[in-house]
Amino acid sequence: MSANLPTAIPGNSAAKISTGGHKLTAERQGDLMVINMGPSHPATHGTVKFVLTLDGEMVEDLDVHIGYLHRGFEKMSEQGTWQQVLPYTDRLNYVSPLLNNVGYVLAIEKLMGVQCTPRAGWIRMIISEVARIVDHFTALAAGALELGGFAPFLFGLEARETLYPLIEELTGARLTTSYTRIGGLKDDLPDDYEKHLMAGIDKALWCLDKMGGLLTKNRIFYDRMIGTGPLSQEDAISSGCTGVMLRSTGVDWDLRKHQPYLYYDQVDFDVIIGHQGDNYDRFLCRIEEIHQSVSIIKQCFAKLPAGPINVGDWRVTLPPKHAVYNSIEGMIAHFKLVIDGHQVPAGEAYQATEGGNGELGFYVVSQGNGRPFRIHVRAPCFYAMGIVKKMIVGHLLSDIVPTFDALNMIGGEVDR
Amino acid sequence: MQLLANPVLNQIVWTLIKFAGFVLVFVLGLATVLTWTERKFSALMQNRLGPNRANFGKIRAGGLLHMLADPIKMLTKEAFTPDTPNPWMFTLAPLVAFVPALVIFAVIPFGPGENMMIATTDLGILFIFALSSLNVYGTVMGSWASNNKWSLMGGLRISAQMISYEVAVGLSLCGVFMIYNSTDLQSIVVEQGRQTFLGLPAWGILTQPLAFILYLTCAIAENKRAPFDTAEAESELTAGYWTEYSAMGWAVLALVEFVEIILIGCVGATLFLGGWNIPGVHGDTPGLVMLQIGAFVVKVIFLILVQMTIRWTLPRFRYDQVMRLGWRIMLPAALLNLLVTGVVLAFIDR
Repeated sequence: MSANLPTAIPGNSAAKISTGGHKLTAERQGDLMVINMGPSHPATHGTVKFVLTLDGEMVEDLDVHIGYLHRGFEKMSEQGTWQQVLPYTDRLNYVSPLLNNVGYVLAIEKLMGVQCTPRAGWIRMIISEVARIVDHFTALAAGALELGGFAPFLFGLEARETLYPLIEELTGARLTTSYTRIGGLKDDLPDDYEKHLMAGIDKALWCLDKMGGLLTKNRIFYDRMIGTGPLSQEDAISSGCTGVMLRSTGVDWDLRKHQPYLYYDQVDFDVIIGHQGDNYDRFLCRIEEIHQSVSIIKQCFAKLPAGPINVGDWRVTLPPKHAVYNSIEGMIAHFKLVIDGHQVPAGEAYQATEGGNGELGFYVVSQGNGRPFRIHVRAPCFYAMGIVKKMIVGHLLSDIVPTFDALNMIGGEVDR
Repeated sequence: MQLLANPVLNQIVWTLIKFAGFVLVFVLGLATVLTWTERKFSALMQNRLGPNRANFGKIRAGGLLHMLADPIKMLTKEAFTPDTPNPWMFTLAPLVAFVPALVIFAVIPFGPGENMMIATTDLGILFIFALSSLNVYGTVMGSWASNNKWSLMGGLRISAQMISYEVAVGLSLCGVFMIYNSTDLQSIVVEQGRQTFLGLPAWGILTQPLAFILYLTCAIAENKRAPFDTAEAESELTAGYWTEYSAMGWAVLALVEFVEIILIGCVGATLFLGGWNIPGVHGDTPGLVMLQIGAFVVKVIFLILVQMTIRWTLPRFRYDQVMRLGWRIMLPAALLNLLVTGVVLAFIDR
């Protein structure tokens, strides 16, 4: 198939068409068309603008303008205490906020030299994988919708809808989860949560099967995805792409496997890699990663230890309420944490976690007081936006749609 | 039947009655219902509720009231005209698309007997070809006059696509009128009523199965509906050729699509599903005639639902893939079908 794909016209002068020995050349008549795609274009969800230079249907040049969703997350973070930053992280990758929560507290804990309790660690892995499943479902569903597949889109959203109430059951919110705390979690798992979650995941997997059934071997979908948005290993690595983008090109790199954090070294899962780095590979990678995440969740529940979810140190986690109300120490510890914030030792730390789209890193700098001096987010989509031009130029206008969907740009993450 | 003494006046009155009954009531009525059906049927396919909010107090009628709510909304919206050098062309375009689509119904026989079509003419199928070619002008005019690059892209795509698929549609239907030896749709329908081997009726779908598939595919492509809606492609071209249309201009363009769905159903039912024929039922008592008209309507609705099922199942083609499918697969297949039909007919004593 890839042999039939339209290729870039070299330079901008003439197109050579081979006609059995005879060489025909066609001079282009007139100018190229410059057209703004976005920021409020149906395909550029997440608010981004492409300035396209089109030769007919062919994209000759592409200029990516990001920044339309800039809310100053990193600057805002310097205003509050360390714990007060957490709700902001919900709004980074708003498709998988739990992953941001986990990544952020891991960075702070690294800087503080605090290790969360085993139970909290395993629960963090469970919620990370649930968030990853939701993230991948959203990417798959949106991708299907943009290619005109409304039924697979609804299956994807139905799967997401079965998981969102479960996230709500756990955290109290669908999107603004703010579930983790420095040194622990907001709450332990609700009663019977494993049963509820596994039932929800079974339903989601059923939806995934239906979705895959409608798309994976659908000739139209296959033709739209295969060979479009190609990304070479070199480009993926040099541009800093991670996650599905990188793995689709065949690079075996998953932070959960190769730089394990939490207890990922104690669970058994496969890193899904593609082989040619096109949209179809990314589509299949996402589907398989959902299955791997489910497998991780099952193992986590099997290994989930009993015990506290918060470290006992009142300088890290809030004291229990009866201690706050009935003892001077508890009262003071609560007051100090809420008003002064966590006393994070001076220094800097970087903690990378495997987010929905790739390496989600939090770089935190402390000057030894209760407020962050600097927080930087290494958002996976931001790096993908740097290479998107190379993936699209030389292809057709229509190919922007699956390419941009498989890239799964999340505006909240790119514009911080 | 004689309503008036003057034969010419009588003819005119009867034509108007047939026009009102078939085009105004059946086609436009059905097209309006289809705006509801499309949403409700897709909801049924996708396990959703579909539209159900329009109401008179407690009466909701399963969302049927949306058929009323939509026109009211469209009529009260601002009919926006973009800053264009050709505002009159912009306004005219929906009508240019609308009228040919309606006129084609003149040659569709909806019941037995010579009177059961609006225009009794030998042109038949050629008339359909001629007028469906005009359809492209409306959309191209609209997209050009919109003075919008996305519209223009949609217009360019649609003109190439419609013209390409017209060739394949035409050739796929040629086999049918070779077999039935006529271009007059009424006589094709009568021919299809004959029994062939095993007592099966000589319906087009049995004598020309490949042509049926080709016709349905190409006709959907010509009607620019999903999976061939590259000209509209809401995720690529915002809304393609009708990006700038609002209010009734948009409504008319949307209605054209539904009218064409019915047209595809009517032509498909007439040529491939035996038109008004019911196997084993012959006669011209009023009761039987009504039954046969009913059979025609049922066949049309069946083909409409087939089209909707396709539309809500498949994702969208890419523009160049549509063209490749049209020229490299549909056209050769139609030619092959024509060749085989010709060879077979040459050896069979009809």
